[in-house]
Amino acid sequence: MNESEFNKKIKKAQRTAYQAAFATAIATALLLFSIYYPTFLVFKNNETQLSTVTLDEDRIENGIHVRTGLVDAEGLMTVVNNCTNCHSSKLVTQNRMNAERWNETIKWMQEKQNLWDLGENQKIIVDYLVKNYPPKKVGRRMQLTDIEWYELQD
Amino acid sequence: MERRSFVKKATLGVFATLLGTDIVYGAKMLEGYKPLGLQEPDPFKLFKKNKEMVVLNDKPWNIEPKAHLLDDKVTPNAAMFIRNNGKIPYEIDAEKWTLTIDGESVKKQKTYSLQDLKTNFKHYTYQLTIECGGNGRSEFNPPAKGNQWTLGAVHCASWTGVRLKDILADVGIKDDAVYIGYHAADVHLSGDPSKEPISRGCPISKAIQEETLLAFKMNGEDIPVAHGYPLRLVAGGWPASVSGKWVNRISIRNKVHDGAKMTGTAYRVPCKPVSPGEKVKDEDMCIIESMPVKSLITYPKSGAIIKKGKSLDIRGHAWAGELEVSAVEYSIDFGATWQKCSLDKPANRLAWQHFSASIEFPKSGYYEVWAKAIDSNGNAQPMVVPGWNPKGYLNNACHRIAVKVS
Repeated sequence: MNESEFNKKIKKAQRTAYQAAFATAIATALLLFSIYYPTFLVFKNNETQLSTVTLDEDRIENGIHVRTGLVDAEGLMTVVNNCTNCHSSKLVTQNRMNAERWNETIKWMQEKQNLWDLGENQKIIVDYLVKNYPPKKVGRRMQLTDIEWYELQD
Repeated sequence: MERRSFVKKATLGVFATLLGTDIVYGAKMLEGYKPLGLQEPDPFKLFKKNKEMVVLNDKPWNIEPKAHLLDDKVTPNAAMFIRNNGKIPYEIDAEKWTLTIDGESVKKQKTYSLQDLKTNFKHYTYQLTIECGGNGRSEFNPPAKGNQWTLGAVHCASWTGVRLKDILADVGIKDDAVYIGYHAADVHLSGDPSKEPISRGCPISKAIQEETLLAFKMNGEDIPVAHGYPLRLVAGGWPASVSGKWVNRISIRNKVHDGAKMTGTAYRVPCKPVSPGEKVKDEDMCIIESMPVKSLITYPKSGAIIKKGKSLDIRGHAWAGELEVSAVEYSIDFGATWQKCSLDKPANRLAWQHFSASIEFPKSGYYEVWAKAIDSNGNAQPMVVPGWNPKGYLNNACHRIAVKVS
């Protein structure tokens, strides 16, 4: 090894040392910054609640998809993904129709509300809706139900 | 939101590179960020609504009160139903708000600032009954599609504004004008800016009624955002959809307005009565104009238990679209016999009227108190759900409450 090669190696080592020092300085600065300004550091406040939200986004409780209130049955996620982007799932769960009328409703949404072509998913969706949200037979006037009785005070 | 998410992602990346180590909760954190941001705010706080109101739909917002929440003579915001067809406008700047009058039948298009309207025209205040065309839809069989309103989609607030007729006179309209159509700042559910969520209207004859207002105040204050701030067209007695919210343009048309939800089956009923479930062609559907006679018992709340020998005081409101209510009766024997209620005159035309009665029950047991209003043409509310129609409009069947005498 001659002198110039030795000098080159020394310089290279110096450069590497400077780079490492520089990187460490930046890392230290950022860490200090985040200690003094905790809001800058994303994982400080939210870690517990956020990790549960992530895990449970599509959780099912008592046969109900919690996030949307839809019944857990074959086709659920196809319905969630195609039917709850533009409107609330509440608009689905409060309606009851047969296949013909659900299909008409889809056609109406495609004509008037920018619903995309559902392709093979349409049958999955309509089957799900008819099975889980079919029409109920009611008369021209139902009995009063769900009465919450209370003592009327003067 | 998206920008912040990006900044956080970038920050996290810088940290990982510099420290040469994994950030333990990093992955979960970034995935989890979005769902948290998507959580809905509390609508009752957001819109200052009574906690007992029922949310039918949260995208778009559709919220209705139960009958007993409508007991006030002038409906406060807290008990007013919300029926939105699209998304509430993202940004509303009343200072820069304008109203343009245009259309085939306007002599010359004209634009007013909100301030112009307030300073250049006389103000009027009316109490106006506004009922959703689909109020009572939940009782139709076969079921009609849409938000399943029970009976609370009606209110009678006090509205202050300028008469539309004064503005039309100022602009000048042609002799061939037949209809007006409003346009507004709300956003289509799909987000498509070329589509309007709703753009309805009324014939010129309704537009030039004295009570048809372009309102900027409700119950003496700025109109709440969910009810149309800063400018709402208010046409009492007609389906609430005629009373367009967030209005920024009114077109004077030489034909029936053909905006969103004016055509097809929207806010229309069969021109001739049809059997339940029957298919009706679009051309056989007619636009709903005046709403039918109806009433609500607002006190007591359904489910009252009273002691035998005590009388029960009931009260509520009755309305009849363009007409006045001439009588209200009640029955405690499922309509076998009817007794008269006392009935007030309306505060002004198109305002609901208040009724009351004191009821004696012959023996203990379960009762239903039914109320029936009769309009000035002699039309009464039916006891059963009236004629079926494809979209489930105009259910004006008698309201009833459950009472137990113990």
